Amino acid sequence: MTLAQPLTPVRWILIPALQVIVATWLFTMPYRVFGLQPPEPVFAMVTAFAWAVIRPSVLAPFCLLLMGIGMDLIWGSPLGLWAVSLLVSYGAVLLVRNILIGQQLPILWLAFGVACALAELLGVLITQLVSHTTPRALGVVSQWGVTLAVYPWAHRLIERFDDADVRFR
Amino acid sequence: MALRDSPFNEMRLPLLLSAAVALIIALVVGVTMLFSDRRETIQTQAYGVTRTMGDHVVAPVSSWITAPSRWVQNGVNAVQQYFFAVSENRRLRAELTVARNWRTTAIALQDTNERYRALLGLKVNPPIPMVSGLAVADSRGPFANSRLVNVGSEKKVEVGNPVLNENGLVGRVVGVAEGVSRVLLLTDVTSRTPVLLDRTDSRAILAGDGGPNPRLDYMRGPDPVKENDLVLTSGDGGVLPRGIPVGHAVKGLDGRWRVVLSADDGAIDYVRILLFKDFRQLANTPRLSELPAPPPTAQAPSSVTSPTVARPVASPEAQSPLSPNLAKPGERAVQQAKPSATASVTKPPPLKPSAPKPTLARPVAVSKPAAVPQAAPPSDAGDIPH
Repeated sequence: MTLAQPLTPVRWILIPALQVIVATWLFTMPYRVFGLQPPEPVFAMVTAFAWAVIRPSVLAPFCLLLMGIGMDLIWGSPLGLWAVSLLVSYGAVLLVRNILIGQQLPILWLAFGVACALAELLGVLITQLVSHTTPRALGVVSQWGVTLAVYPWAHRLIERFDDADVRFR
Repeated sequence: MALRDSPFNEMRLPLLLSAAVALIIALVVGVTMLFSDRRETIQTQAYGVTRTMGDHVVAPVSSWITAPSRWVQNGVNAVQQYFFAVSENRRLRAELTVARNWRTTAIALQDTNERYRALLGLKVNPPIPMVSGLAVADSRGPFANSRLVNVGSEKKVEVGNPVLNENGLVGRVVGVAEGVSRVLLLTDVTSRTPVLLDRTDSRAILAGDGGPNPRLDYMRGPDPVKENDLVLTSGDGGVLPRGIPVGHAVKGLDGRWRVVLSADDGAIDYVRILLFKDFRQLANTPRLSELPAPPPTAQAPSSVTSPTVARPVASPEAQSPLSPNLAKPGERAVQQAKPSATASVTKPPPLKPSAPKPTLARPVAVSKPAAVPQAAPPSDAGDIPH
């Protein structure tokens, strides 16, 4: 277990955001492994969840907005789809933050799954609203599944920074 | 006063409030962007400056990022070719034997096809130029399926151009900038492609839903499709040329007809963009927009007919070999019968062939407007390099 780190915006917001952008970009490489295309997890959900659990912040929503717009530009989805989905998930986790603080890994993982499901559901609703069509349920579920698999990254962030600000313990 | 000495330092409320306000502001910005984005249209202006600039930045960075994977892939391919040279050689020999038989058949069919074209005086699609590009980014989520290709407006790529690989249709261009184009794949949720089933010639719309196998919608007829039917582009609407291979029909687990895309068997990185616009490139637009001549008055001699009536309107380069004044009677009749190339709705004037030729001077045989496009052999698609 890593020790708690001081809470500077560069350490808990900027560096994870850059890591998420690089990871997202890497997964857009057009290649196949044994004839199969690699999955496309929503790495930004890691920061949306972890930032909300660590502490409320003014900078985090704007950073999520920029990341969402960046994801839409990289993936070619409707501009604002992922920005809105990430921000709503962030807001939802922020609302139940008091319940989540201090919970064990399985509970947090479950909460992360619910947050990811909320983001995917919003993506479906927005697609229905904007494009008047419904994405395939299996595709949505598989993206939710692979996003769920990256939770340990979010947990590591939470462990590093959740004790850093005594006001929000 | 330093920040840590601030009297509000120990208070949670201001930070909670300001965080909530920041969240609401960010949400409003996101929602505004969402509703101002018009991704589903194929107009160039709808793509937007933000996306164009974004693609302009994303493409070169993705190209750098993907370079190592391309090198690795090439290395792996080289090793595989070395170790599997014997089996590859055996497979290629078998393929060559089959291909030789097909070549003989193809030559015979090509000859027959050319004779039919000459007899009917068909005007087929002109050859379509194309450019090759390298896919540098590929998104494959449930909400967007698109690729960035490293050729753009400098190679005269335009919005709406069809994109193929060596096996079939991949998608169409939805955004172009200098040095980069975004290709909307057939599997994208917003993709709608008019297709036909080769066996029954029935039309359908290929609708993407984010999965690997787009579904066939709006099929008509009692039994329009069977398992493994070949699906081609129909060319309806003029966005795509007719006859590009799309895939094979299969029954999905949900009971709906879906298409296994031919392009999935091909390379994922290299694509070809057909510089096909639409039917406008075949038609002479200024000529089409001309007002028709007034009908002949009672004083005018009855034998005089308006030159614009029922005259095919073709582009200058297409018109030159088949000028209406110099064309043979049978050829004129075919041109008049073409619905897409004529501006008038009046009955074609009676033909008076000066030198009667049994095969050409029978306009009755080709006077059905609907029969002419169908009479065009499938090798119209032969003009499309695939």
